[in-house]
Amino acid sequence: MPKPGGSAASSPLVGGSEEPTLKEISIPGRRAWSLTPLDVPEIELDLPEKSEGRVALPEVSEHDLVMHYTRLSHRNFAVDLGAYPLGSCTMKYNPKVCDWAAEHPAFRDLHPATPESSAQGALAVLLEAERFLCEITGMDRATFQPPAGASGELTGLLLMRAYHEDKGEERSKILIPDAAHGTNPASVTLGGYEAVEVPSNDRGMVDVEALRGLVDDQVAGLMLTNPNTLGLFEENIVEIADIVHEAGGLVYYDGANLNAIMGVAKPGSMGFDIVHSNLHKTFATPHGGGGPGAGPVAVHDVLVPFLPGPLPEADEEGVLRWVMPAKSIGRVHGKHGNFGVVLRALTYMKALGGDGLRRVSERAVLNARYLEELIRGPYDLPYDSPCMHEFVASAKTLKKSTGIRAMDIVKALMDEGFHAPTVYFPLIVDEALMMEPTETQSMQTMDALANALLSIADRAATEPDALHAAPVNTPVGRPDEASAARHLRVTWRSDDD
Amino acid sequence: MDFTPHTSADIGEMLSRVGLASIADLFGHLPERVRVVGDLDLPAGISEPELVAAITALAERNDDLVCFAGGGHYDHYLPPTVRSLNMRTEFVTSYTPYQPEVSQGVLQALFEYQSMVCAITGMDVANASVYDGAGAALEAVNVAVAATHRNVIWVSEAVGPQVRQTIATFAHARGIAIVEHPIVAGVTHWNPDAVGPPAAVVVAQPNYLGAIESYGSAVEAAHTRGALAIAVVDPMTLGLLRAPGEAGVDIAIAEGQPLGGPLTFGGPGVGLFAVTEGLVRRLPGRLVGTTTDDNGRLAYVLTLRAREQDIRREKASSNICTNQSLNAIGVAIQLAWLGPDGLTEVGRQSAQKARYMAARLTTIDGVELAHPAAYVREFAITLPVAPAVVIDAMAKEGILAGIDLSADYPELGNGLLIALTEQRTKEEIDAYIALLREVIAHA
Repeated sequence: MPKPGGSAASSPLVGGSEEPTLKEISIPGRRAWSLTPLDVPEIELDLPEKSEGRVALPEVSEHDLVMHYTRLSHRNFAVDLGAYPLGSCTMKYNPKVCDWAAEHPAFRDLHPATPESSAQGALAVLLEAERFLCEITGMDRATFQPPAGASGELTGLLLMRAYHEDKGEERSKILIPDAAHGTNPASVTLGGYEAVEVPSNDRGMVDVEALRGLVDDQVAGLMLTNPNTLGLFEENIVEIADIVHEAGGLVYYDGANLNAIMGVAKPGSMGFDIVHSNLHKTFATPHGGGGPGAGPVAVHDVLVPFLPGPLPEADEEGVLRWVMPAKSIGRVHGKHGNFGVVLRALTYMKALGGDGLRRVSERAVLNARYLEELIRGPYDLPYDSPCMHEFVASAKTLKKSTGIRAMDIVKALMDEGFHAPTVYFPLIVDEALMMEPTETQSMQTMDALANALLSIADRAATEPDALHAAPVNTPVGRPDEASAARHLRVTWRSDDD
Repeated sequence: MDFTPHTSADIGEMLSRVGLASIADLFGHLPERVRVVGDLDLPAGISEPELVAAITALAERNDDLVCFAGGGHYDHYLPPTVRSLNMRTEFVTSYTPYQPEVSQGVLQALFEYQSMVCAITGMDVANASVYDGAGAALEAVNVAVAATHRNVIWVSEAVGPQVRQTIATFAHARGIAIVEHPIVAGVTHWNPDAVGPPAAVVVAQPNYLGAIESYGSAVEAAHTRGALAIAVVDPMTLGLLRAPGEAGVDIAIAEGQPLGGPLTFGGPGVGLFAVTEGLVRRLPGRLVGTTTDDNGRLAYVLTLRAREQDIRREKASSNICTNQSLNAIGVAIQLAWLGPDGLTEVGRQSAQKARYMAARLTTIDGVELAHPAAYVREFAITLPVAPAVVIDAMAKEGILAGIDLSADYPELGNGLLIALTEQRTKEEIDAYIALLREVIAHA
């Protein structure tokens, strides 16, 4: 019977047969393309490095193509189908009006080399989005060139390097908490630094005394997510920033968890110098099956001269121009970043305004706190401090008593029509289940999600084999991932060999 | 607007369940000093009709120009069929396919993308995309540095300036030296005495000035020195030109926007990234492979995951996490829409139109081709007046004349880069030529 509030459980994926590849569907002579005949006199093209023969692309009709991709889409879960409590990923609803904005022909068909005078609207989008971001984060200026969070991190590290080099200093180390996202240490290596791990204490926070012991004149900076990856607000954040600053280092805010604090607390007030935001998390731009995102980087005044450029600025007459910052580190993207993503994010921010953005964070935290309370008991909550927009539960006790692991639980959850939470991250928690409901899920959805989780915990004792076999209501069951790596087949071409 | 579903009754019930009296209590444990006092200094939220009006007002500040600019981003026909499939909500609003059981659609679409990128480039393995053409070049350089344990990169000056600048930004931090090789008569002259040995030799095909380079010279310059040959290609020329994989290139990369992507002011585009088999374990980013599930059914999964940042952390082959999957799926749909003949036809028409235009442009006094080398669909000319003057004057008449080369290639003087696609009509080209004649006469 339908319930008020509807359902965010979805099993559109049940059954259905395997979809062949386009190569398997292809029949020579079929075509979907339609182009206007050439309207200039044809001459012989005398090209060096000319190709011989035809490119081995599939040949399909338009209807073949439409059926193929529509069927593929039916074999995929999505935010638009149901609840997606994937911790650290902020899988909130992506408003359709933002899609509309990004598809507006005046933006969609705008070439990146369009002169400033003909692209005033686009430059205004960047400036207005910058104003929102800077106010939310407590920073002074921002670049939208980084196309993703990891690129923002690397940009931040290059800004640190430029800052220190400008002062005539060479520093070699970046401090990172042991619970950090994997992109942090990977970015540090690419930034030419050595990553030094800072341990967490038993309350899930940065161990301040250990940090003191690690700080020296070789430390270029500290990278931190706050709330941290356990969903906890770093209570000693001001002290932490002071310790790094006193040693001459800079403090970098990984914006993965910004959704918890908009209008509530600003990274700038916590002592951060550089902040990246994930527009595809906090600002509701869609994840696109893995991207595109955008990872704009905002900084304090002292770092503005080093920002990647060019940046848009208004001249005396109010005309927007591209200006290269005085000591810019250079470009970090071939053009102006993922502009279409920025446009979507601006549309979202304008829709909500300052008041609405604060409401987002309040309700994101309320939802996480509520869901955490509902599953308390059967699931361990290893760090029982008040969570922010997400929390990390653990299946450690359940595993000990029943042999059922976090992975079994999330696979069983898929059978109930929900996407899995993040599993086995952060690495410092055994059998971790990281849940982030986001503000766009309703109380009724969280009740249903919690009921599913509680029922799975019950079944762990009574029918463990069924849980080991989950999922069964999905297009495929658990794949043999080791075999995929052992017998590498990553294109359909290898079938011909 | 408000995208949260909470009624005040819901909020009351939820607060009481977690034992709090008010929303403010949710944040009671935050240090006083970091809390925002009062409201953010931002405009208040607005209704959807107001929002649509505000975005429309911004859009109206852009001019609608007939596009003759390229430089990596091209105004090709984007079929509604391709766009509507690409924008299917299941592709748009899903996350990275880490849970394969509920991600078969995206995984298979990316597997087919990888397959088609290999088909057009002649390479063995393609990843599931990187950010953009410039980002792909940076990742390729990193692969070469790791594979050869060398820290010098040879780059042609005819590789796009923004690509070279992006590489330089990141190379500095890791102590990688960039050695640029000059352009002679439009194509790269690989200076045998340059500082080396290099980890990689980077060439663009066609190059930024539109000229067709010799793959042989670039590959030889690389392979005789134990370096990798990296080629930045224009994917829309691959129906006409030799595939980089057949020319001995080790890493082929491209900005994929011309295939199924709108221009959107240069992003999101997508970086195509393909390598020879021997480099597969050094690939940056995600890779989709096949296996079977517990019932023996074919299943697509992310594979060779041990290269990636979430597993390898500071030892990962790259820091990339979020990529451009949605755009990659668009590339695949567009390639399937085109098929082998459509891809060749787009290339042929673009090239024919480029020749038609170049022949007539050079009848204008003082306008000449910037180099004698053969080109496909993009070419450089020199003008008797500053390119910026021409670009501004023509923009006022509704034409984007091209890209100003004078800052990046001062040796050309007043250089202008012009690109053609199958979309430009004879009428538009003729109008361009007439207008340029007039602008030059009055300059």
